This record gives sequence, C-alpha cells and structure tokens, in this order.
Amino acid sequence: MQDQALFEYVLRLADDSLILGQRLGEWCGHGPILEEDIALTNISLDLIGQAISLYDLASELEGAGKNHDQLAYLRFENEYKNVLLVEQPNGDFAMTILRQFFFDAFRLPLYEALMQSPVAQLAAIAAKSVKETRYHLKHTSEWVIRMGDGTDESHERAQAAIDHLWRYTSELFFEDNIDEQLQERQLVPSLKGIQANWMETVKAVLSEATLTIPTNNWKFEGGRQGRHSEHMGYILADLQYMQRAYPNMEW
Amino acid sequence: MTQAEQERRFLDKIDREIKIEPNDWMPDEYRQTLIRQISQHAHSEIVGMLPEGNWITRAPNLRRKAVLLAKVQDEAGHGLYLYSATETLGADREQLMDDMHSGKAKYSSIFNYPALTWADIGTIGWLVDGAAIMNQVALCRTSYGPYARAMVKICKEESFHQRQGYESLMKLCNGTPQQKAMAQDAMNRFWWPALMMFGPSDAESTHSDQSIKWKIKRFTNDELRQSFVDATVSQAEILGLTIPDPNLKWNEERGHYDFSEINWEEFWQVVKGNGPCNKERIAARLKAKQEGLWVREAANAFAKKRAMKKSA
Repeated sequence: MQDQALFEYVLRLADDSLILGQRLGEWCGHGPILEEDIALTNISLDLIGQAISLYDLASELEGAGKNHDQLAYLRFENEYKNVLLVEQPNGDFAMTILRQFFFDAFRLPLYEALMQSPVAQLAAIAAKSVKETRYHLKHTSEWVIRMGDGTDESHERAQAAIDHLWRYTSELFFEDNIDEQLQERQLVPSLKGIQANWMETVKAVLSEATLTIPTNNWKFEGGRQGRHSEHMGYILADLQYMQRAYPNMEW
Repeated sequence: MTQAEQERRFLDKIDREIKIEPNDWMPDEYRQTLIRQISQHAHSEIVGMLPEGNWITRAPNLRRKAVLLAKVQDEAGHGLYLYSATETLGADREQLMDDMHSGKAKYSSIFNYPALTWADIGTIGWLVDGAAIMNQVALCRTSYGPYARAMVKICKEESFHQRQGYESLMKLCNGTPQQKAMAQDAMNRFWWPALMMFGPSDAESTHSDQSIKWKIKRFTNDELRQSFVDATVSQAEILGLTIPDPNLKWNEERGHYDFSEINWEEFWQVVKGNGPCNKERIAARLKAKQEGLWVREAANAFAKKRAMKKSA
C-alpha cells in the first residue's frame, strides 16, 4: 500500500458517488414527469462518472493492480465505506430529492475545498465535479422549495422526508484518524468548516421552502467503518450480480 | 382563400419539397396523421426506457452502466422533443399519454418483449435501434418541418446507440462460450420482433397510401424491412451469430435477401395487448403518472404562488 490513509479517504468519496448513483438509476423510466426522468438519470450519470475517476485514483493509491471495476464491484459489504444516507431507499420523489439535497449541500463545499488539495489528481477530479455538483444542488434546492411551498401534500411529504433523513446527515461530517492524519498533512479540509457551510445552505433553503429542521438529534453512523443498513446487501446483490455470476469476464 | 385553394397550395408545397410549418394551413387528416404517428413514436421512446432501464442497476461494469444511463437519458430526451413536436400541432402531452395508457394509442411492440439478460441490452441497441434508424433516416425528409428537424437530431443519437450496442455484442461474441451463447440467445429472441418493428406488410397497412402521398412516409413498410435485413446479415456474420431463419438467403435476381414470412398472428396479438410485457409496461407508466401527480400539482401550485407574488 502506497498511501493507506489517502486510499481510504478517496474510497469513501468514490463509494458515496457509486451507491447514490446506483440508487438514482432505479428511477429511470419511473419519474413523476419526463423532465425529471432526464434530470435524475443525468445526476446518476454524473455520479457514476465521478466514481470512475475516484476509483481510478484509489486504485493507483492502493497500488495493488486493481482496476476501477474491481474496486467498485468485487468487495464485500463491510468493505464499502459510503455513508448510510446514500444507501437509503428512494421512497417517494420527496425522499429522493431531500436525500440528494442533503448530499449535494455537503459535496459542493467539500469539492470546492478539495480543489485546493496538493494531491493534484484529487484537485482535478474536484474541479471537474464541482461544476456538476453545483447544478445538482441548484436542481434539488429548487425542488425542495417547490415542494415545501407547493401544496399541503407536497409540504407534508417533504417534511416527512426531512424528519426521516435527518438522522443520517451527521455522518456526512464523520471524522476519524484517517481524516485527522490527512488534515495534519494538509491534504484535505476539515469537515467542521464544511459542516458550517452545509448548515447554512440547509437553513436557507428549508426556510424559503417553509420547512423546518427537526429537533431530533439522534445520529445514525457506521457506514464510514463498513457497518451498513439492511438495504446495502440488496444494493450489492444488483450491482454485483453480473460480476459474481460470470466471474473474470470482460464486458 | 377558399379551402380548395388552400389545399392546392398545401399540395404544391409538398410537391416542391417545401416543409409544412406549424402555422401553415394543413388538411385536418394530415394533422391527425402526424399527431398519431409522432405521438406513437414518442410513446415508444418512453416505454422503451423500461426494458433497458431494468438493467441499469445490474450493468456489468461502470463504463457499461454509464453508457446505458446516457442512452436511456437520450431516449427520454427524444420523447420530450417528439411530444413538443405534437404540441406544435395543437396536441396535449397529458392527453396523448392518457391515450397510450388506455390502449387507444400504440407504441412500438418491440418493447413488449422482455430484456432478460445483459446480452439483450446490446441486442436492443444493435437490432432495435438499427431498425428504428432505418425508419427514422427516411423521416428526416418527412414533409412536416418540426418532425423532420427532430428526426435529424434523433438519428444522430440513435446511430451512436446502435454502434454502442454492436460494440457491446462484439465483446460477448469474442468472449467466453457462455457469453457467446448469451448473445445468440438474445439474437434468437429479438430477430423476429425486430423485423415486426416495420409494421404490417404493405398489403395490410391501413395508413400507408395517403402518408406516402403527403410525403409523411417516404418508403413503405416492406421496403424498409428489406433494407434492414439486407444491411444486418453481414453484421451478424462478423459477430459470428446465426440469424434464426432457415430460409434466409441471397437472391441474386432480386438483389436482396429472401427471408421467411413473419408470424403475423404473433404480431397482431402483441399489437392488441397480448405480448409478454404489454400489461407490465402500461402498469409501470400508469404508476409513474399516478405517483407523480402530487409532484406536478406542487410544481403548478408553486408557479402560481410565485406569479401572484410577482404581480402583487
């Protein structure tokens, strides 16, 4: 292993993108309007694209000769390091949009900060992804506001999604010795600053949407250490199906 | 201007290959024929997302997943601007979709066949998009301007999809025996439904004559079907796949391949709603419509609120 800590860090980013992209892919053909079918598929495509670049970097850092597909497809459940938020089921459109909004509001300032990283490849991936993420956040913010300030039903659905997903948001800012190590080496930003930025975005958008932040501060964590929710096994059953059923083949 | 004069001017434009545009006078039957044909095409794009979309989560590697996402997204885009083309003729998108859900409007029957294996995704790209291109290239010169222009863009993307599909099958056919068998199995299931995509034979086609005269259609169903077979045989040979038709052979005299008669009973059964997936496809579209109702209501309510705030 050439750089274990940085490898783990990049793997977390990659797994977040992959699993959320995988979830969004489930919407294809089932969106509430044609325009949203296009938008959700497009966000999914961006996330899969980011995952490819991130896994490429991770595999270089690992130095074990694995390609991006081997990293993405051939690990066991507890080796995936994505946050629990991104593996939560799509639910209704409100749940999908709020999940995406919470994630985008975290990813945008993170990528902005990572653009300054001395790890050149990571900075380059961040620079490319930041443009995509800015669009995603704009899109999801607009929908949160539309739903919150739309009809009684849309308001209720949006609030229910917030109340449900809130418990998964603190994990976005989870830090352990991997982060501390890399922050000491000044390769990655502190997530505390990102969290403040995130909270500002969330407050502004929810307030315009006439939606409220839950008072429940109960936190669900574990994804970053490979402890997932029950949903994860099913996601991997789909994701890995071909690679597991037809091992060692090229597609 | 009398109706007879208007009609003469309309036909004169058709003769001189001048495109008919949304605000031009046109016979009511021309308008209705276009709405029927374009919406049927739009519905096909939207329903076509379902068999392929079903493989997005299971695509065998990240590149294939991204390519498939991009393809299905293109199809949604095609649907969107085809519906827009019908709106230039005074149609309403929601109404057209309701007609599909009720079975009044049709979509391409090919999407009533299931996508069972990964090889089906490549085969759909190669044969189904290939057959669609055969139809659509001809439509780039169709007489209605917005439709013709939409087809130019669609054809470019479709031929890209066809090449991607072919390339994906190439991987399987050059892969393990298991992969090759998967490709042959997909070929066996999709060949005949792909030929059915060109519609009933010319003798049976109810809309063809008038459409040809108005230059909405530029070639007959049988002509297009023949061109497709002629173009596809050598592509199958390169892949090393067998076309499931014992009567397929080159006819020197005609300068075309001969092939067996299509199973028209199956064709009409699927058109009438008795294909393997007709019910599932419509059910999926209806579910999306019903579950999305509150979203569309919210967007409308919000737009109204904002408009009121602006004018206040």
